[in-house]
Amino acid sequence: MSGMLKNALGWVDDRFPLSKVWNEHLAEYYAPKNFNWMYYFGSLAMLVLVNQIITGIFLTIHYKPDAKLAFDSVEYIMRDVEWGWLIRYMHSTGASAFFIVVYLHMFRGLIYGSFKKPRELVWVFGMIIYVALMAEAFMGYLLPWGQMSYWGAQVIVSLFGAIPYVGEDLALWLRGDYVISDATLNRFFAFHVIAIPLVLVILVFMHIVALHAVGSNNPEGIEIKKHKNDKGIPLDGIPFHPYYSVKDLVGVAVFLFIFALIIFYMPEMGGYFLEHANFVPANPLKTPEHIAPVWYFTPFYAVLRAVPDKFLGVVAMAGAIIVLFLLPWLDRGVNKSIRYRGPVFKAAIVAFVISFVGLGYFGMQPVTAVGTFFSRFFSIVYFAFFLLMPFYSNIGQDKYVPERVEEGK
Amino acid sequence: MKKLMGILLLLLSSQAFASSGHALQSATIDLGNEASLQRGAKYFVNYCLSCHSAKQLRYSRMAKDLSITPELVELNLMFTGDKIFDGMNISMRPEDAEKWFGVNPPDLSLIARSRGADWLYTYLKGFYIDNSRPFGVNNTLFPEVGMPHVLADLQGLQKAVYKEIENEDGSIRTVISKLEIVEPGRMTEKEYDDAMNDLVNFMVYMGEPAKMERQDRGWKVLLFILLMGIVFYYLKKEYWKDIH
Repeated sequence: MSGMLKNALGWVDDRFPLSKVWNEHLAEYYAPKNFNWMYYFGSLAMLVLVNQIITGIFLTIHYKPDAKLAFDSVEYIMRDVEWGWLIRYMHSTGASAFFIVVYLHMFRGLIYGSFKKPRELVWVFGMIIYVALMAEAFMGYLLPWGQMSYWGAQVIVSLFGAIPYVGEDLALWLRGDYVISDATLNRFFAFHVIAIPLVLVILVFMHIVALHAVGSNNPEGIEIKKHKNDKGIPLDGIPFHPYYSVKDLVGVAVFLFIFALIIFYMPEMGGYFLEHANFVPANPLKTPEHIAPVWYFTPFYAVLRAVPDKFLGVVAMAGAIIVLFLLPWLDRGVNKSIRYRGPVFKAAIVAFVISFVGLGYFGMQPVTAVGTFFSRFFSIVYFAFFLLMPFYSNIGQDKYVPERVEEGK
Repeated sequence: MKKLMGILLLLLSSQAFASSGHALQSATIDLGNEASLQRGAKYFVNYCLSCHSAKQLRYSRMAKDLSITPELVELNLMFTGDKIFDGMNISMRPEDAEKWFGVNPPDLSLIARSRGADWLYTYLKGFYIDNSRPFGVNNTLFPEVGMPHVLADLQGLQKAVYKEIENEDGSIRTVISKLEIVEPGRMTEKEYDDAMNDLVNFMVYMGEPAKMERQDRGWKVLLFILLMGIVFYYLKKEYWKDIH
């Protein structure tokens, strides 16, 4: 480094801990050397967050949060704004990409035991991010003011009405009107563009601070901090920068390739990322034949519909999310990674994945007898996976867990 | 990621089969076929644009994208006294439309995106004589449709041929097996099919004028990301030499 730059850095360091932060979180943050491809999704989630914020800023420049103008302003972006179509598709595809990346990130945590002691708060902060993300996506989906925007919001907000005593007033308070209307659109816009993004950014910061305090887990579930050299550096750790910063770039390239493929060649993703009915302007007098939430909500929507009673359905749906928060205390297994867990736990993970994907599928479909049967069955499996975990999670675990990261693991 | 995408795609295809109750006829969409788009534009302004608007599409944009000179557009494709930078609006008032047709004919700017090209193609070919309807026609794809068969002078009139099929419980119901021309129009069946294909092609363009540009830019972006990915891969390999 040239002398002048060094002096400038010294000047800053005397006034702001620039080098200290850089070292603590990047250059001297020691991560296990055995991360596999499933460890890409954390940095990818941050990339998508940045994408959503930047494209979102450009969209708000041209978008009009007004029931009379909203739909046409989106078409204005698609047709008249220079590169508007690209910005809009990056944002709409980014929403679905965010959930794909976050679901895989959570699944990684689940199978390698990244939520277990001492990383409980990393998991809990992550779960709050997930809930905030759902609120963000839900409110954002109203903004194009299409038929599915409108009726999806109508259905979801009316769920609050099922809560005894306060429900109706609560729903009224959320909408700011007796039905979804201009008032609702305006407030959802405010929440979508400033309130929730702010919360999200703060939570992401806390998630990373917590992670960097306890250190990253790894596919072997080994605590690398147990074996340090005389300088206090973990023997199986490598500095995040440059090793994982360059490795994550490879993940970024793979992600961007798939992301661009969707943006340029299938932005509607066959009606899953942009629903066909949402190209019809919102009409409060005409209910669509089939109202389905966007794909990332459908597992929970299926749980809701699986329960015959509306209020209990809402309780079950909320429970399906709350139970995820409790994961660190439900799992009694001693070993962290699935590689050293018992066959019962492995089978339970498979059953959980099948039920979650199955719920997602049936949540998109119109109600049928077969669909209801499977939704109920998968809901039971889903809850059983979590609630029975204290009893099955420590059965038949491997006795031998390596102390150090071995070659090729 | 790729596996997940595979599963997603699989779900999509099964979904597509499950949801279409009627067999749709497929239109050939080719946005690179400028002549087809120009013919489609001609049919659209002559047959659709008197009742349906397409307010999101500006005449000037159409002129540019379809390589028609603005003078020709003003001369041959604009009838309402609009300016060339205006969207395709109509002069019929919504109150009147409701009185005459029972419903206000929807704006068609995005109809190809909400209904799909094949639906439109099948719909445009699906009119048949039904004297119980106010305009004397019904539609196989859109029962009790409010729209008259405005293309009858091209296609002629079709009559429905019925057949009986047995329900699961043994009862019999009658369904339309096919449509037959009983009063020929100015076009042969083949000519009409081609004309409707052009019209639908134009409506797909109208739903997303940037689509051609999008697909043309796409492969260049993908190529760039691929090359960038190769550089990143070797960069990673170089850095990681000293690990393990």
